[in-house]
Amino acid sequence: MTRPARPAAAATRPGFVWALPAAVFFLLFAFVPLALVAVLSFTSWDGIGEPHFNGLDNWTSLFDDPVMLQSVWTTLLLTALGVAVQTPVSILIGVWAAGHQRNRAVLSAIYFVPLLLSATAVSVVWRAVLDPNFGVPAQLTWLFGDGNLLGTKGGAIAVLTFVGVWQYTPLHALLYQGGARAIPQVLYQAAAIDGAGRVRQFFHITLPQLRNTVITSVILMVVGGLTTFDTVLILTQGGPGTDTTVTAYYMYQKAFKGFEFGPGSAVALVLVVVATLISLVLVRLSGYDRMRGTTEGM
Amino acid sequence: MRRRPNFLAGFGSLVWLALIGLPLYVLLIATFRTRSDYSTEGPLSPPAQWTLQNYLDDFSNGFGQDFLNTLTVTAGVVAIVLLVVPPLAYAIVRARGRATGWIFRLFLLGLAIPAQAVIVPMFYVMNQTGLYDHLIGIVLPTAAFCLPVCTLVLTGAMRDISPELYEAMAMDGASPARVFRQLVIPLSKGGLSSITVFAALQAWNGFLFPLILTQSDSTKVITLGLYDFQTEHGVDVPALLSAVVLSMLPILVVYLFARRALVQGLTGVGGK
Repeated sequence: MTRPARPAAAATRPGFVWALPAAVFFLLFAFVPLALVAVLSFTSWDGIGEPHFNGLDNWTSLFDDPVMLQSVWTTLLLTALGVAVQTPVSILIGVWAAGHQRNRAVLSAIYFVPLLLSATAVSVVWRAVLDPNFGVPAQLTWLFGDGNLLGTKGGAIAVLTFVGVWQYTPLHALLYQGGARAIPQVLYQAAAIDGAGRVRQFFHITLPQLRNTVITSVILMVVGGLTTFDTVLILTQGGPGTDTTVTAYYMYQKAFKGFEFGPGSAVALVLVVVATLISLVLVRLSGYDRMRGTTEGM
Repeated sequence: MRRRPNFLAGFGSLVWLALIGLPLYVLLIATFRTRSDYSTEGPLSPPAQWTLQNYLDDFSNGFGQDFLNTLTVTAGVVAIVLLVVPPLAYAIVRARGRATGWIFRLFLLGLAIPAQAVIVPMFYVMNQTGLYDHLIGIVLPTAAFCLPVCTLVLTGAMRDISPELYEAMAMDGASPARVFRQLVIPLSKGGLSSITVFAALQAWNGFLFPLILTQSDSTKVITLGLYDFQTEHGVDVPALLSAVVLSMLPILVVYLFARRALVQGLTGVGGK
């Protein structure tokens, strides 16, 4: 006798062929270009003829390039500022919006409107609103002084951070709203019986219970922050000077404005390496990779 | 239990309302006023005289074409995603063997690749293959970069289908194709609508790939149209902002009629 076979069960399982179309497509349009960017970083190419290998030239000049290093620091600074400001604001709004009162539902609907706008649209709107001559600063001089907010390094960085907050807080607030609604009510009832007030309940129940949501949200913010591009291109063009030239914008500028696609590729590779390292560290530190399913981190 | 009104939260929520509302107010009323009214009266005062001219100007400036192009790109991206992701997710959830496990890891790794990293080689490849300045050249990379999140979301949804249902179909001797069609697809509708909305939003709001892979007016999408308009006629704020309003209308419609799917699509989660 052979062992009892289960031919029917085996036959109903799909083979890996089912996964092939997606896998091939993704290899072709994500991993092959990623490999190509590494190759192109050892070439010189002006975008018209053929690329020519030029050894380590791009890399040696990149490490001597003060703007490159500065761009990495600016990127990290903007990312850190984004996380530091967006996290508390979106936790507060998310937890607040998790309540079921009617006025909260109405206000939440308005709060989430920025979600309907593309990053491009958001930048275009803020550029118009903050225009020193025809925008809001020209009308509220008591608040904005001469109104040229984007004219100084500090001002430009503050504006980029603020616009990021305006644009992304609703998304993260949504995550926190979901997280807060999943907290068992019985925890709050028990705390209320023990005489804990609103503030203590927030710090001793809500925040600890939202731990996984915080991890998810921060990872999303960091990954988004490291690749900030649209807002910089439209609001500051990397200026004043090179003060807000983030790495992604520097690469675009080198490749598509300066037609130095080789050095541009080298910058792109630096961006990938920095972004991957930081995400890996975050994922490991937080234990995100050990969570199962898509909802656990929410 | 009676609760004290939370004055602090009430105050905070009003401050945030002002921050969110002010630019939205400027955005909306600017679209109904003349250009000279906007520059002399400033952005905060209501229009001296209401007009729809700005919206009409947008259409004579080629907004209709941009709109159609964006619609085409969005349809293409959604079609590719819906064609390749469901079979992939089904295989990841149900197939036995190493190959599928490796493929799943490939997509997890893919989550970490920023689109910015590949725009130079993408530009090179599209030039070599003759797809530069064609809409299909935007569709392909945009769809590819939607795949990791869509795969995660849909596998999550498909994992919730109970094993007993699979076994019942196996008893009937159903082929994988039949299980896929009759069990997996109907029971993962929530996940399917989430990935549809996610992919559509990525395509509709996409800016980077169109920026570097197209150059003609005939292939211009809305986001690029906004950017070009800003750089070329940045002073005509009312026309620019009315184009912004037009660009968000379709998403507003989805928001009103399929809020749940939109929210899940935005956060890249759900399907429950």
